[in-house]
Formats: sequence, structure tokens, C-alpha cells
Amino acid sequence: MTSTSLLQPRFKQLKTLRALAIGLAIGFAVPAFADNLPEVQRLIKQGQYPQAMEKVDAYLSSKPKDAQGRFLKGLIYTEMNKPAEAIAVFTKLTEDYPELPEPYNNLAVLYAQQKQYDKARTALEMAIRTHPSYAIAYENLGDIYAKLASQAYDKALQLDNANAATQNKLALIRDLITTSGKGNVKPSAAPSAGALAAPAPTVAAKPAAAPSASVVTSTQGAASTTPAKIAEAKPAPAAAPTPPAPVASKADAASEDVAKAIAAWANAWSRKDVKGYLAAYANDFNTPKGMPRKAWEAEREDRIAGKPGKISVTFDEPKISVSGDKATAKFRQHYQAPGLTSSTTKTLVFVRSGNKWLIKEENSR
Amino acid sequence: MQGRKLILLGLAACLAGSALAKQAKTQTPVSKTAPKASKKTGSSASVAKLAAPIALATAASATPAKRQPVIVSDSGPEAQLAKIFKEIEGNRLGNALQLTESLLQQHPNYRLAHLIRGDLLLARTQPIQTFGALNGAPADKVADLRAEAVVRLKGYREKPEANFVPRYLLQMQADQRHAIVVDTKRSRLYLYENDVANGGRPRFVADYYITQGKLGAEKLAEGDKKTPVGVYHVTANLPRQKLADLYGSGAYPINYPNEWDKQQGRKGSGIWLHGTPSDTFARPPRASDGCVVLTNQDLDAVAKNLQVGLTPVIISNSVEWLSLDDWAKERNELNKTIDAWRADWESRDTDRYLRHYSKRFKSAEQNFDQFAAQKKQVNAGKEWIKLKLDNLSVFRNPGKEEVVVVTFDQDYRSNNLNNQMKKRQYWQREDGKWKIIYEGSA
Repeated sequence: MTSTSLLQPRFKQLKTLRALAIGLAIGFAVPAFADNLPEVQRLIKQGQYPQAMEKVDAYLSSKPKDAQGRFLKGLIYTEMNKPAEAIAVFTKLTEDYPELPEPYNNLAVLYAQQKQYDKARTALEMAIRTHPSYAIAYENLGDIYAKLASQAYDKALQLDNANAATQNKLALIRDLITTSGKGNVKPSAAPSAGALAAPAPTVAAKPAAAPSASVVTSTQGAASTTPAKIAEAKPAPAAAPTPPAPVASKADAASEDVAKAIAAWANAWSRKDVKGYLAAYANDFNTPKGMPRKAWEAEREDRIAGKPGKISVTFDEPKISVSGDKATAKFRQHYQAPGLTSSTTKTLVFVRSGNKWLIKEENSR
Repeated sequence: MQGRKLILLGLAACLAGSALAKQAKTQTPVSKTAPKASKKTGSSASVAKLAAPIALATAASATPAKRQPVIVSDSGPEAQLAKIFKEIEGNRLGNALQLTESLLQQHPNYRLAHLIRGDLLLARTQPIQTFGALNGAPADKVADLRAEAVVRLKGYREKPEANFVPRYLLQMQADQRHAIVVDTKRSRLYLYENDVANGGRPRFVADYYITQGKLGAEKLAEGDKKTPVGVYHVTANLPRQKLADLYGSGAYPINYPNEWDKQQGRKGSGIWLHGTPSDTFARPPRASDGCVVLTNQDLDAVAKNLQVGLTPVIISNSVEWLSLDDWAKERNELNKTIDAWRADWESRDTDRYLRHYSKRFKSAEQNFDQFAAQKKQVNAGKEWIKLKLDNLSVFRNPGKEEVVVVTFDQDYRSNNLNNQMKKRQYWQREDGKWKIIYEGSA
């Protein structure tokens, strides 16, 4: 049979490892035990799971409904390689907080580890239904679709699937980002807005480990533990306030320059020219969730240069409004790479720096 | 996730329907069910590739006209497949996926549906160019599944037209309740009922997808992996318990090679109608060693109507269809011819009688001259002959040569000998006249 040789290319696209973020990015105040959860997260990050469990249990004993605490508990179970318990925790969370996408995503990761791809798919589709802009879920779903497709092909074409044991690498969300919960999760002005950057960049870093690394071990290198930057929760309305510049032909010229800047940025991204890509960003660019600039750059490099296969980033005619040294461009971005194709509405806020327009903020929905 | 073009639609669009029944004289024009084919082909090179062979097949009957009412009775996956491809054509891939998944719930081993599902899922992660888009997919297997899709959709869209019948079913004997006609080119089995109340007119009951020999039809030799073409009947019923898994839910051997095949020197044996192994819902259109293979559910449905030793199984490369008027004409002509033979035998005028026999006549033991000499000798001793034919059946043998297979119970009485037998004759048209070229006991 020719099948053995087939498996290689098919599974390549699945090995993309995705994002784990530890930071608790919730923009709300946890009144009494505010300091406990960051401590739990710190322990998780250090791999001290029993201690983390102890703390989180203590926390939950007084706030048994708390979404954050339960989410972390699910994470700890996942880290301790107790998928059944983790699934139970996340399932219960999806029942109590059906509007939160993260528990669905993590459920999907756990199901995928158990090769229950149909369940994983359902969970991810739920995550996306609750949060249509949820990039990690899209990426994970792309992998699940590819996985399901490959299974379907195996059945259709009777391929020998013996060595398909390739671990599925999906991104576990280590973080309840959305703020639209109930209970102690206080709804914020712009639910989920701006929590995510470009489709690819999401939170976190790709573990250095090869495909053998499991989702669970791939936690280190995750994004900052810095708790919530409240500012992050409300960057959305960027485009709104700026009135379109009607008269000035100067503004028109500026618009053109901004459009060129966007083209150069997308172009560099497509070419995997990380240097050129990063050069499109201002020095004081608002990194996603306020992660350190260095970490963000490393992550982008990993996600762009480190991505196997071709990347193509194109965009539809942007809507650009210029106001002085600031410009806002809104457009539909089409991202395509092996294993993922997505279209998102992106907003880039540019600042003028000399004769250049540089990206100050980047948001997608 | 939207906006992705799935070029699978090439397959669906190309299956423009040309109806089945078209006979020289009554050339009933037919409608095209999917006139978009030509428009769509422009959209991509791979579509064009796919389309080409099918376009050739349908080009012949492009005349548009009103479509005759059709009878749809089978419960195979064709209707669902047709819907799925329609959704794909309309770029409603989500619906298509849903339909495919419900089809798979019904038939979890349906490889074609798995392939379509694979394509639809893959289309969510990358643009796909063709049917069976998996990178490096084994081309032969994809081609098999594509072929199955094509013939099933064609079969679904091109039901036999009302008022047309297969030319082969000229006359069934009264106790033959059903007849089977197989079209190997279309991978289709048609089940007909002997409508005794309507003068023995064949009435379409249902049609089913079938698998034929790996190397096609017109079997000649042992092991040539071809399906025989001719007039046969079911000779036995082998129950599932006695069969290997390969044969699925049952098997019905047919009498290949028949008398005619033997005369033509055709060899081989063990041609059955049978079911499908448990690891798959269906087999590709060309996959057997010569048997006619149905899905298990279809075999079970057909089996209900099979009478061992009786039910005719007529296998054709490409079924010819006659309007009921033409059918009645052919049937009458042959009935008259056969009755003339009977009457001439009774007349004891040996020359008149021998006019019905071809110079190439052969029975199991004799050629024409030997046969003629014997008949002259026998008839010389006869004062009277009474000949009665009962349970007459007349089936036209598929193929270019004009041959009919005539079977009857013969009741022969004379002054010095009485004899009853079941007789089978092969008649061939020579210079416009029907002549017997073989006869023997059946």
C-alpha cells in the first residue's frame, strides 16, 4: 500500500502548536481574595500543581461558583494529566457559563487528546458561536477539521492509519479572557473586544518541543503572568470617534500613505519577512494583553518565520480615517496558512512617525 | 469560513441528465436536468477534466423537451447524494456536510460519503481543487469513488421512462413474477414485474446500483474478470450462513455459461448475484471477478422477488429500450413465427418445417444436415402430429446480433410417440427471417 507515505504530508499541518497563556487577563476586581488567584497561577507556572490545587480549592471553598477559580482548577487537572477530572470541571463551567468560550476550547483540547474529534468539533463550534471572533478556537477548529477530514479520507480510501498516533496539538487556553461572565465575572463595556490580536498571533508561544510534546507540557514560554491590563478590555471603538476627513487633500495623501503602510505590512507578513513585519509597528505599540515587547516579538517571529508552509495575508479595500498624526484603518483581512484560513475584521491604529505611519494598536474581531 | 469554492461541483454539474429511453424510431427527446454543466466547466481546469468524459456521454441527446413522469422507488443513497451535490454546487457547504453526515449515520461504512465528508471538512481549512482532494490520495481509489458517484447520480436522474421497456423482456411465462435486467455500462440493475393483468407487460419496479467485473462485461474466458452478457436465470439461493463475508447478505448463482455461451466457446463459471462484504457499504462500479454485486440492503430487497430456477436475469452492456408499441410489435412477430414453426411441424411437411432452421443450426449432437436427415426419416413414419406449447417465454439476447431465447413446455403427440419436455431454442434473424440456430432440452 502507498498509504504510509501519505501520512507525512497530511499530519504536517496538524503539528502547529498553539498558544497557552497563563496571564489572568480579566478586567474586573476580585474583591476579597484578589491575591489568591495570581498566586495559583504562579504555582501552575512553576509546575507546583498540588500546591496550586490546594490554593484553588481553598479559594473555591468560599466561592464555589467562581468561574476563574474553577477554570484554573480545570487547568491544574489538565496539567496533572487527569483529563477526566478536567473534562468534568470544564463541562460544568460550560453549563454554568455558556457564554464563556474558553472552557469550550479547553474541553475541545482534552477531547482531541482522546481522539474524540467530533466532540472536540462540537465544543469549538460552541466556543465560536458564543464568541465569533475567538481566534484560538478558529485555529483549533481548523486543526480539528483537518483531523476529521483525514479520518474521513482514511475511511473512504482505506488508508492504513496505523501510525496516525501523532498527538494532536491544540491550544489550551490558560486564561479566561472574556469578561462577559455572570456570577463574579463582571460584564465589561466591550465584551471580548480587543482580547485578541491577529488570528495567528493570539496569546502565547509555540513550545520548542517537537511534535512529541503534548499540549500539557507545552506550557512554558507562555505569555506574561501579568494580571489584567484593564485598558485591554476596551480598545475597540478605535475607529468610531474619528470623523472622516472630508476636505483636505492632505488627508487624502495621508490616507494613501496609510494604505501603502498596510500593504507593506501585509506583504512582509506574507513573505515571512519578520524584520519588515515588525518594522511596521511603533515602538510604543500596544502589545496584546500588555505582554513585554520582547516576548511579543519572539512570539510573532515564531508564528511567522516558524510557520511551516506558505502564509498569505491579503485584505479588502481598507476604510481609512486620518486625524492629524493618527489614522485608523479598518478592513477585512484574509489570512491563509497550512491548516488555517481565516477572515477577520481588523482595525489598525497608526501614528505618524516622521514620514512613516506605524502601527500603534491592532485589533481584530 | 465562507467564500470558499469547492470545485467538487464539477462532478455534480457535469451529470446533466439525458434520459434513458431512446430508441431509433420513437426517439423521445429528453430534458436536461442540469443544464448548468457547460457554464460551470469554465470555472476551473480541473472541472473541465472531470467534465470531459461525461460530456461525451451525454452529448448525443441534447434535445430539450418535456420530461416524462418517472417512477422513483428505490431507497438507495442516490437521492441524498444528489442533494449533497446540489448543496455543493450552490456553495452551501455547511448544509452539504450536514447531509453527508446524516448519510453516514445511515451507512457508517459508506466510503464515498466519507470521501465527500473529507473534502467538505478539508475545504474548511484550505481551498480544495478537486473531488478527493487529499494530498497524495491513491488515485485509483479516488477514481473508483468518483465513478460510483457519477453512475449513481446518473442512475438517479435518468430513470427509465414510462411507456418504455427493455427490449429483452418480450414475453415472460405467467409464473415468472419478476425479471431482472442489468445494464453494465450504467452500473444499474432494473427490477421488472410481470404485469399479468396487463397482458404480461413488464412493469418497472425499482432500480439499483451494481458492481460488475473489474474488466467490464462480455465474459469469454475463465478468470477474465468480466461479467457475462446474455439471458440467464437464477439457479440457486445460497444463504448468508454458508457464504464467506465477501458475498455479504446472500448469493444467487446464474446459469452462465448457458447453451448459447457454450456454443460460442465461452468459458468460466461461478457467476452470481451477491451482496457486499461487511467492511464497506458499496463496492466500486468495476470491482468483482465477474459477478453482479449489490449492496446488502439492495440484494435483500431484490431477493424477495427472486424465484430459483425461474427468474430471468438478463445482463446487457447497455440496455435497449422499446416503446410499448414497438415492444408489442416485436413480441407479436415472434409469437407468430414460433406458432408457424409449430404448425409446420404438425403439417408433417418436412421441408416447410426445416425452413425454420438455419443452415448453421446445431443442437448438442447434430448439425443441420444430420438434423434434417433425421427429421425426414421420422416424419415419414408419422400419420399425425399434435404439438402444444405452454409457458412460453421469449427473451431477446442483448448484443448486436439479433438473437432471441425461446423457452417452452412442449407437449408432442403423434400416432406412434408421445413426449413432453421443456425445450429451449435460440432464434437468429438471417436476411430478415427468424431462424432456429440451436435447440435442446432446457
